[in-house]
Amino acid sequence: MVAPGMSSIGSGRKSLMRLACCALALVALSSCGDSGPESSGGPATVRRLTQEQYGTIIADIFGSDIKVQGRFDPEVREEGLLAIGTSHVSVTPASLEQYDSLARSIAAQVVDEKHRDLLVGCHPAAKTAPDDACAKQFLGEVGRQLYRRPLTERELAAQVKVADDATKTLGDFYTGLETSLAIMLESPRFLFREETVESDPDHAGALRLNAYSKASRLSFFLWNTAPDDDLLAAAANGELDSDRGRARQVDRMLASPRLKAGVRAFFTDMLGFDLLGGVAKDPEIYPKFTPTLAGEAQEQTLRTITDHLLTQKGDYRDLFTTRRTFLSPLLASIYRVPIQTKKGWEAYEFPDGDSHTGIVTEVSFLALHSHPGRSSSTLRGKAVREILLCQPVPTPPANVNFAIVQDTKNANFRTARDRLTAHRTQATCAGCHKIIDPIGLSLEHFDGLGALRDQENGATIDDSGQLDATQFAGAVGLGKTLHDAPQTPACLVNRLYAYAAGHTPTKGEGEWMKYLQDRFAADGYRVPDLMRRIATSEAFYKVSAPATTNTPTQADSGPGQTSAKEGKS
Amino acid sequence: MRFTRRTALRGILGGGAVSVALPFLDCFLNTNGTALAATGAQLPVRFGTWFWGCGLTPGRWIPTKVGTGYDMPPELKPLEAFRDRLSICSGFKANMDGKGAVPHYSGTMSILTGSAPKGQGMVDFPTFDTTIADTIGADTRFRSLELTATGNPRDSNSRRSSAVINAAEPSPAAFYARLFGPDFKDPNAADFKPDPRVMVRKSALSAIKEQRDALLAEVGASDRARLDQYFTSIRQLEQQLDIQLQKPAPLEACSVPSAPANTKTGTQIDDAITNHKLLAQLLAHALACNQTKVFNMVFADAGSSLRKAGSTVTHHQLTHEEPIDEKTGCQPEATFFVERIVEGLQTMLVTLDGVKEGDGTLLDHTLVFAHSECSFAKIHSLETIPMLIAGRAGGKIKTGMHIAGNGDPVTRVGLTVQQAMGVPLSNWGAGSMQTSKSVSELMI
Repeated sequence: MVAPGMSSIGSGRKSLMRLACCALALVALSSCGDSGPESSGGPATVRRLTQEQYGTIIADIFGSDIKVQGRFDPEVREEGLLAIGTSHVSVTPASLEQYDSLARSIAAQVVDEKHRDLLVGCHPAAKTAPDDACAKQFLGEVGRQLYRRPLTERELAAQVKVADDATKTLGDFYTGLETSLAIMLESPRFLFREETVESDPDHAGALRLNAYSKASRLSFFLWNTAPDDDLLAAAANGELDSDRGRARQVDRMLASPRLKAGVRAFFTDMLGFDLLGGVAKDPEIYPKFTPTLAGEAQEQTLRTITDHLLTQKGDYRDLFTTRRTFLSPLLASIYRVPIQTKKGWEAYEFPDGDSHTGIVTEVSFLALHSHPGRSSSTLRGKAVREILLCQPVPTPPANVNFAIVQDTKNANFRTARDRLTAHRTQATCAGCHKIIDPIGLSLEHFDGLGALRDQENGATIDDSGQLDATQFAGAVGLGKTLHDAPQTPACLVNRLYAYAAGHTPTKGEGEWMKYLQDRFAADGYRVPDLMRRIATSEAFYKVSAPATTNTPTQADSGPGQTSAKEGKS
Repeated sequence: MRFTRRTALRGILGGGAVSVALPFLDCFLNTNGTALAATGAQLPVRFGTWFWGCGLTPGRWIPTKVGTGYDMPPELKPLEAFRDRLSICSGFKANMDGKGAVPHYSGTMSILTGSAPKGQGMVDFPTFDTTIADTIGADTRFRSLELTATGNPRDSNSRRSSAVINAAEPSPAAFYARLFGPDFKDPNAADFKPDPRVMVRKSALSAIKEQRDALLAEVGASDRARLDQYFTSIRQLEQQLDIQLQKPAPLEACSVPSAPANTKTGTQIDDAITNHKLLAQLLAHALACNQTKVFNMVFADAGSSLRKAGSTVTHHQLTHEEPIDEKTGCQPEATFFVERIVEGLQTMLVTLDGVKEGDGTLLDHTLVFAHSECSFAKIHSLETIPMLIAGRAGGKIKTGMHIAGNGDPVTRVGLTVQQAMGVPLSNWGAGSMQTSKSVSELMI
């Protein structure tokens, strides 16, 4: 299972370090090697690449002028994350057709006359005949990047044969190469991030990801793309199996500008921004709402987040109270504040005491969680519970009369609060609405687009709110309450871990999650520190006993055998 | 008169729903579209679903007379011309068996999978269109084609499991490219030469197929099912290539349309009508050219998001909010959408009926199963969900009847349709909806 040689070196070094740590701990109760409580690990996952990941990987390997045009199957959100959904989706015949045509179009561009000299890296002896050596060089190198591990001898031989056969039939070396590359681009080895398990030499009977699967989990977590050359090399030479080696790679990756893409991808998923593109507003009520505005609203929030967490190295909880954000001219017109720039983005700080405090008061959140023609305290309250506090709210019963809530013309119920209060008197509805509406009602000074208003239908808005036992006033109060609620950082820890690992934390990971939450607090709620703690830990790469009956065997480890994948028969 | 695509489009856009009986299909003919003489070969039987969300209005769509010669109820009036090829199934019910009803989801999946789903997105069985596709569709280029008029590829009911959902094509232009792009082999083309590039692609796929056993052995049971689906898709791709390598049998009714213009997609009703019509026309060509035998069309998504231009009040919202007019017994604004939906179904039937094939039309060789997800959308009622069976299925089903279900499970209709399409089943459904009692009045 384990590639001979490398793991024994790794484990030997590791045991020594462990001994040293224990000795120190005995003497000084040092936190050396503080790796937290035991974790069972979770399942190894098989995740389908997202459209964004696919595009980034192609650009990483072949450059951004290779066009990636096609539509992927819709993604599935599970347990709050698309990242978890990727562990459950498959490839239907229609979506394989899409992958097939995408693969052929990319492969054709890579070998066309414009790109071949730069991208193929070798020249065939004759353009009209097979050149297995050149094909092998190209396919082996590209294959390593696509499969996120070196190809086995057998795999590489099969790919070279595809190129060879196709060249013979069609009489053109580059068409042969194109055919073989297209096959790799639609191979399950590329489209699915299959994690491979090996026995953990440091813990008898325990399982962990093998080095290449570690590299992938790490890279998609921090950068939302496949491992780069350095990381693949670190997997090959055993660096990722040692605490120190892992730390070196993680620190390199955290220091890279690519971290921003990773953080943006996580918050795009967590905040449900995939749905923003589909939001429609009543043009008579909100004439300013356009797809452009929706895109800029998302960008505003992502800029606010990455600036606060990465540039300012801020406390995660302050994302709910910060008055500092970034505005485009279009957004500034919605927020009704002056900015200097006529084009592009500008940092802006709302004045002290302003209702715009934190990402919950930004258009992206307020417009997404509203109805097309009016605000919705219920949708906003539900979003706060589910997205920011990780508390799922049950779906409403099938037989509900919404007439009172939706009749905004009723003179007896002019504000949303009046209408919802009437609605909540129905016993079947009260159970959920009393835990969600009072949160959302504190945001009633923002209309269905996210713009401030003083009144609704001529009546004064009462923006008092409540979250569990805490009562507060308005958006400022909600921001402070979210900032202070212990569930807020706990939810972030759970979501971030689930996003990175591809599964909701299991029972056996409970202590480890608790530990991460404690450390997150001790680290001042710094998200990069939390990412580092997860990414450098052993627990992150640990795998619980698989459901499969297949036990790893030593069979078929020929030359070039680098992972457990090919070993099982 | 000679129809061009442009004039046809203008008609669609200008007049809302125009029902043109036959000639608009001709407007898609190109110079290759000359029909060949009949070969005498047996014509294939096709199957399709046609779905709309938010039901119909109680009291306005169920005929008073049961059996043949039923009276056409007000909301189904646009289907009058098809009365003798249309059966209306009323009074069938989706039982939840203690599983909570998920609004706009449980009804659909009960009808299509024979079992109440555990929750949103969680089905225990495949939808029966896939079973039918496996039975009759194995020898065509596409096992099935999924389409939606709503602009959203997620609006598809067809699934093999919770994880394997056949996404829908919303764009007529993209649908055209998929059907009649470079991979299309015209069955009526005078000369046929297998494309060596296709041969190369097909043999290259074996490099992927060879990995199957090793890959499946590496993963746990649930991942194995997902990866196996991937390999099933590979086999179907291979089959598509195979079909491209064989000279297709000439088909009298097959003609190649010209490419439709790009259209705006979305839930605005005029867009949905336009796109549905274009998709239906392309689909008719695809069926006549034997590119597929199975299709699934969504006109309005579950919990209909259809809306009028300049408004974001959806059909769905209206069904809940709008008071019922006591005189007519309907919600007038919501009924606007019901009328457009039934006209949409009319368009589909007219389109299929416009293709002459053998001694009848494409519709005579097709079974269209049209259904919604609830009966009275205001309260998401799962009793008497509208289900309609149109077409003659090549004589495999009796038509022109009103069937009263009297509270029987919806699975009786699903079982009947599957048996008519040749699926070897003696009983179907789960829990209290399991049944071996097909609707005998409809069976040949």
